[in-house]
Amino acid sequence: MKQYYSFLRLSIVKGLQYKTAAIAGILTQFCFGFLFIMIFEAFYTHQPTQPISLNQIIQMVWLQQSFLVFIMLWHRDSELYNMITTGNICYELCRPTNLYHHWYARLLGQRLSGAFLRCLPILLAALLMPEPYKLHLPVSLTAMMLFIVTMILALIIIVGLSMLIYISIFYTLSPAGSFLLMAVFGEFFAGLTIPIPLMPLWLQRICNLLPFRYASDLPFRIYNGHIGTEEALISIIIQLFWIIIIIGGGKIWMGRSLKKVIVMGG
Amino acid sequence: MIEVKHLSKSFKVVKKNAGIYAAFKSFFKPNTESIHALKNISFNIEPGEIVGYIGPNGAGKSTTIKVMSGILTPDSGACTINGLTPWTNRIEHVKNIGVVFGQRSQLWWDIPVIDSFDLLKDIYKISEGNYDYAVQLLSDILSIEDLLETPVRQLSLGQRMRCEIAASLLHNPKILFLDEPTIGLDAISKIAVRDFIKQINKSQKTTVILTTHDMHDIEALTDRIILIGKGEVLFDGLLSTIKNKYITHKTITIDHHQDNFILSHEGVELIEQSTTRMVMTVDIRNVAISDVITYLAKNLDVIDITVDDPSLEDIMVQMYKAYNI
Repeated sequence: MKQYYSFLRLSIVKGLQYKTAAIAGILTQFCFGFLFIMIFEAFYTHQPTQPISLNQIIQMVWLQQSFLVFIMLWHRDSELYNMITTGNICYELCRPTNLYHHWYARLLGQRLSGAFLRCLPILLAALLMPEPYKLHLPVSLTAMMLFIVTMILALIIIVGLSMLIYISIFYTLSPAGSFLLMAVFGEFFAGLTIPIPLMPLWLQRICNLLPFRYASDLPFRIYNGHIGTEEALISIIIQLFWIIIIIGGGKIWMGRSLKKVIVMGG
Repeated sequence: MIEVKHLSKSFKVVKKNAGIYAAFKSFFKPNTESIHALKNISFNIEPGEIVGYIGPNGAGKSTTIKVMSGILTPDSGACTINGLTPWTNRIEHVKNIGVVFGQRSQLWWDIPVIDSFDLLKDIYKISEGNYDYAVQLLSDILSIEDLLETPVRQLSLGQRMRCEIAASLLHNPKILFLDEPTIGLDAISKIAVRDFIKQINKSQKTTVILTTHDMHDIEALTDRIILIGKGEVLFDGLLSTIKNKYITHKTITIDHHQDNFILSHEGVELIEQSTTRMVMTVDIRNVAISDVITYLAKNLDVIDITVDDPSLEDIMVQMYKAYNI
């Protein structure tokens, strides 16, 4: 276990080097946050009655922006996919480690380091904003606890989904397609493009059948009180189900790809 | 210790002619071709040996190394290293081996070398004491002490390669696979790497399998070579056997004070002659080299005389030709 912790630690150390990137990221995310809020404001001015209140949407927007590094599906580790396409994976394979665990720890570390740098400043600033742009504290202590639990489980799901992208590169040899598919479909069905409560019912049902929603929409709507305790508890079970499917499936898939891996040249 | 039996591996390669039409055709009906990278490779290596694994580009050297280090799964055949099969017991197996791929890097690009070493320490579960000892020892003999705190991206190739080799040896492996460890290095770094390989082979009894195109590496390090071409083992034996077989001629260069000397001696062929210098080859199967020298000394006013063996490189060219690879 210690070795995987070391990968995690090293990823974090490496991620913390990129201060300028973090500052730029924070600014970008503020811009996007305001942009989204203004769009929704305009929308709500004309159609005030919606299944979710504007205030709740604003909460979600700020949470999405501050936890972006946790929830984005298109987070890229160029070193990792270059390793596959150039054959440097050789070295990864002559280590006494389980490659799935090793890469999982690495990707997790990157997301954690990214969040360390970006999450708190955005959250703090959003908490200090004037109404109606202000981020509130969770609706209740229970909601807070459930938010933390579902957020952690969400992170586990997201990294599992990212792993699938990297494993697919063993077959496609180019990261572009897998990332694009994940970014477009995944983000849409996770409710990052249009909030899920604003979707038509049939689309909501599709979202409920896919794992993406459980990786971002769920914890945020628990935070703003749109999802109650009972539904939250059921959702946690669904999250655990997806974790088993995604990580179990990913491990089997990786095992198979490694059997047929070919490293040419040199 | 290392037993390789009837190892075979083939790859699929897509073939396509140039041009739009061919590209279009290949889009619908890709034309793949099987390349037999390894065909029935067998050999044994004893503990403590240094073996040179040589052959032209594309012969299958790296593929063999990759199979032996558990990276690739062969199509058929068996390989037992310390009682383990590399590709089925990968994790157990790789604890005992160190691998250097001269064309690839294992160090983390952005962070200081020592951080990569620390990571390897945890990966291989090296105890604190053993780790400190290994780092001390390796940085002494590879003289990388001053480089440890530098980020890898700021190292020169030679410096990086020495760090790579050290990184592969931190866990004190019993077997070391070196795939072109001296590629691109300058003379001083090459010699440092060679000395180092000799040293650890002697002191730690590490078994070393080395692929290289640099024949000086082979001459400096190994007695035994395995020659491979087109995926097959063509020769497995002592370097001296090869030399005895292929060194049929020696070259004599002589400087003298005499004009218009006419050379005539059995088994000697004149290659070059100027007023004061002659270069000739001696067929040592027909005539003793000492006879030729005596003859020259008697008939000429000699200033200087040198006798050269053909270089190992020349021998390899001959061998590649003889085996038609």
